[in-house]
Amino acid sequence: MISKDEVKHIAKLARLELTEKEIEKMQKDLSEILDYFNLLKRADKLSAKETGLAQEGKMIPRKDEVEISNGQDKIVAAAPDEKNGYIKVKTIL
Amino acid sequence: MDLTSLTIKQAHEGLKNGDFTSVDLTKAYLKNIKKLDKEINAYLSVDESGALEQAKKVDEKIAKGQELSLLSGVPCAVKDNIMVDGQKCTAASKMLEKYTATYDATVVKKLKELGAVILGKTNLDEFAFGSSTENSALKTTKNPHDLTRVPGGSSGGSAAAVAANMACFALGSDTGCSIRNPASFCGISGLKTTYGAVSRYGLIASASSLDQIGPLTKNVEDAKIVFQAIHGRDKMDLTTADYNFNETTVDLNSLKIGVPKEYFSKGLDPEVEKIIRDAIEKLERIGAKIVKVSLPSCEFALACYYIIQTSEASANLARFDGIRYGLSTQDEDILNVYLKSRGKGLGAEAKRRIMLGTYCLSSGYYDAYYKKAQEIRQLIKKDFKKAFEAVDLIMGPVVPFPAFKIGEKLDDPLSMYLADIYTVPVNLAGLPGFSLPVGRIDNLPVGLQIIGNHFEENKILSVASQLEKMIE
Repeated sequence: MISKDEVKHIAKLARLELTEKEIEKMQKDLSEILDYFNLLKRADKLSAKETGLAQEGKMIPRKDEVEISNGQDKIVAAAPDEKNGYIKVKTIL
Repeated sequence: MDLTSLTIKQAHEGLKNGDFTSVDLTKAYLKNIKKLDKEINAYLSVDESGALEQAKKVDEKIAKGQELSLLSGVPCAVKDNIMVDGQKCTAASKMLEKYTATYDATVVKKLKELGAVILGKTNLDEFAFGSSTENSALKTTKNPHDLTRVPGGSSGGSAAAVAANMACFALGSDTGCSIRNPASFCGISGLKTTYGAVSRYGLIASASSLDQIGPLTKNVEDAKIVFQAIHGRDKMDLTTADYNFNETTVDLNSLKIGVPKEYFSKGLDPEVEKIIRDAIEKLERIGAKIVKVSLPSCEFALACYYIIQTSEASANLARFDGIRYGLSTQDEDILNVYLKSRGKGLGAEAKRRIMLGTYCLSSGYYDAYYKKAQEIRQLIKKDFKKAFEAVDLIMGPVVPFPAFKIGEKLDDPLSMYLADIYTVPVNLAGLPGFSLPVGRIDNLPVGLQIIGNHFEENKILSVASQLEKMIE
């Protein structure tokens, strides 16, 4: 069973505000699911060279070319706060 | 004639022959939506005027005698995690309830270029997290075959819309089960495409190494038509492959079908098992060879999947921070903007998955969970690779049971996750998988899962279409 403090620590890392009730339910649910994940301990050991990319397909990057984008107004309009066509953010430092 | 029961091909023939217009067809669907969707709740938004406008354009083309593509003038629905420019795109989350898409997803762009009519956007589990559509923060969709039961998920709105004749076809997305599971529960065809076959540009990411867009349709031929329309290389998604679909006809006499014992293990409803075995037997009787195969690592697939899915999802959902778009709770302190916007905007399952993923990726646990899961993913791939050296296709159930009651599993996340036990290995290995309706328990449909090797959708579709005819 993971502790309430662990739940709070993870929530802090994940930038999630949880209510007391949510923390209690999360403690129960996470413990149950993590117990189930422990099944993996039984799986065969693999050598390091066999672990590779998640999907093997060749990734084909596009050319990094400048294109005209007309969506700026729409994108800024979706933000909760803007000033002079820029997204406004609270002071960070 | 009930226009809404027509397949894509039949609708196309009717339009071409002038039996009815695209406006007639679109109106018939809109009428069904008005009549039925109050109860089924498949749609989150319906774009009546946009749909009729597009239908009119197609009718004008027909009047001028211009060539029609198969999808031209055919009304469809789009899962609400796929962007349609200028339409709301909510992912069924409070976080995006008021968000309007600023561009077309590549798949939508392709449908529009072919002249398809987009009726509206369909319900899903919030951010596609779920197997019943009950995790939608906006609506509870019901199964058209039994209104007390779930339609499956997470593309439950798309599946219910097609099954109830509220769309001729629909697009869904599949990360672990989300096209095949609702197709099975609603008794329609659903194709989860090979990873890289269809562009994910404009799909709201759930888990990027697993997500794929695919069709939900009334029959196998329609699934083929839609897949042909949406697949292919896209410069906006570097994981898409340079691959062209080539139709084939598989001779059932030389077909080898792998039946994995892991897909008939404890927990499988005996009535589902009987229906699946009967369907496979039909192919055997006509000459297909049944080969017993083993996918031993599939025992770990569900745990492996939920570690990788939640880890990727926790990173993908970091973008919902109350700053750039979506729900924002204002506060003087920026950290509180993050905490409160996310606390208020995200639902229980989204929070649970972010917490699980963050835990699995956190210092001290990364090796035991995320790294281990990546290793097991390789083992699962190896199992399938080995199996496909001996067989053409693999068959088994889609879900261990038919559609369950609304609310039955909602408070027990682990039991909900278990619904995905037969579908997640396919996503982990990046393979294509199909759900074909092959029987019913009382009035509840049961789907057969047909799994193919990478980029062998053509084999799946050929065999599914031949089996479909034997079952009708």
